[in-house]
Amino acid sequence: MIAFWQNLGKSTIERLASIGRATSLLLGALFNVPNIKKGTPLLIKQLYSVGFLSLIIVIVSGLFIGMVLALQGYTVLQGYGAEGSLGPLVALSLLRELGPVVTALLFAGRAGSALTAEIGLMKATEQLSSLEMMAIDPLKRIVAPRFWAGMISMPLLALIFSAVGILGAHLVGVNWLGVDTGSFWSIMQAEVSFEKDILNGIIKTVVFAFLITWIALYRGYDCIPTSEGISSATTKTVVQSSLAVLGFDFVLTAIMFSS
Amino acid sequence: MVSRKIEIFVGFFVSLGVLALIMLALNVANAGIGSNGETYTLKAKFENIGSLKVRSPIKVGGVVIGRVTSISLDKSDYLPVVAMEISTDYSNFSETTAVNILTSGILGEQYLGLNPGVLIGESDADDELNDLFGQDELKVLVDGDFITDTKSALVLEELIGQFLFNQGGE
Repeated sequence: MIAFWQNLGKSTIERLASIGRATSLLLGALFNVPNIKKGTPLLIKQLYSVGFLSLIIVIVSGLFIGMVLALQGYTVLQGYGAEGSLGPLVALSLLRELGPVVTALLFAGRAGSALTAEIGLMKATEQLSSLEMMAIDPLKRIVAPRFWAGMISMPLLALIFSAVGILGAHLVGVNWLGVDTGSFWSIMQAEVSFEKDILNGIIKTVVFAFLITWIALYRGYDCIPTSEGISSATTKTVVQSSLAVLGFDFVLTAIMFSS
Repeated sequence: MVSRKIEIFVGFFVSLGVLALIMLALNVANAGIGSNGETYTLKAKFENIGSLKVRSPIKVGGVVIGRVTSISLDKSDYLPVVAMEISTDYSNFSETTAVNILTSGILGEQYLGLNPGVLIGESDADDELNDLFGQDELKVLVDGDFITDTKSALVLEELIGQFLFNQGGE
């Protein structure tokens, strides 16, 4: 019985300690906004590896998801003679849900895992301790640029995803299936609002970017410095950030779109 | 420290993101996409345009020949005025042309159906008709002209109202 209480207490304390470490890491990253002269090169390097290198997977999946949405939507809408509503169907589902969520999942798999593995290996090879030895704050030098790179590139990636998806839907719907191009765009323009749909989608992606980069950086920074520890930290990053994205997506959707 | 190549790639990435935002924003704010080739504009006044929208297609016998460019309200009689942009390939509509607001399918979008009326071109037939009706020669509609023969959109509520009214009368 005593052992049970002890285990419970131990796991609670560990949980709290890990939340505390994660929060201090986050604060360290948040308040170490890279200064213009020294930080910009670091930020640009991270923007390249986090943002630009994720571009291919985001564009390709956006294109295919848009095309599949158009195909599926067309088959159903055709039954009601409402093919013209294909535009708003695709645009709204991409801007409100699929753009932010699928990009976030891809981003977690492509960039989040890489961040964790990189920082975890830095820790295992004691590069982080060496930085501290040289009186360089690893939070400032390593964590902050990666955090801000994730926060900047994720919304951009989601916007690119949605735009490419709509173009893909146009390709299939208009050029292949013969939906009228004028009604495709005009009904879309009548239905989609900038504040309600596009802006809310961007807010979603910012929240997801925050969650994913935070989890990825914390998992890497806090991993057990062995090869096994790094692999389990990488797995945890992908699993936890995907779950966090899906959970927060429901909450955000409930707040934004339920009237 | 950071190589020039990486900086260029990041610049490319950021501008692509901004471009996507602009494209999405313009989709909402109604930018001019499409419609190439030369066009001329005709106008028509309706009693009720239903859910006709800017950029709705204009069809003759199901073939798209132009688009609605603007919908406004005439302040003198509070009737909607629809401006139509029609390809110059089809520029010989006579003044007997009729225009109806039609719906594709039950739930489909609304479009403008043009009914060309008396065609201009075969002079013999025209002359006979003109003699018959004692009219001057038919005029061709040119840029900026109004089509007078219009039929409004069917509004379901009005139809049901009329039906009920007729039923009550019997």
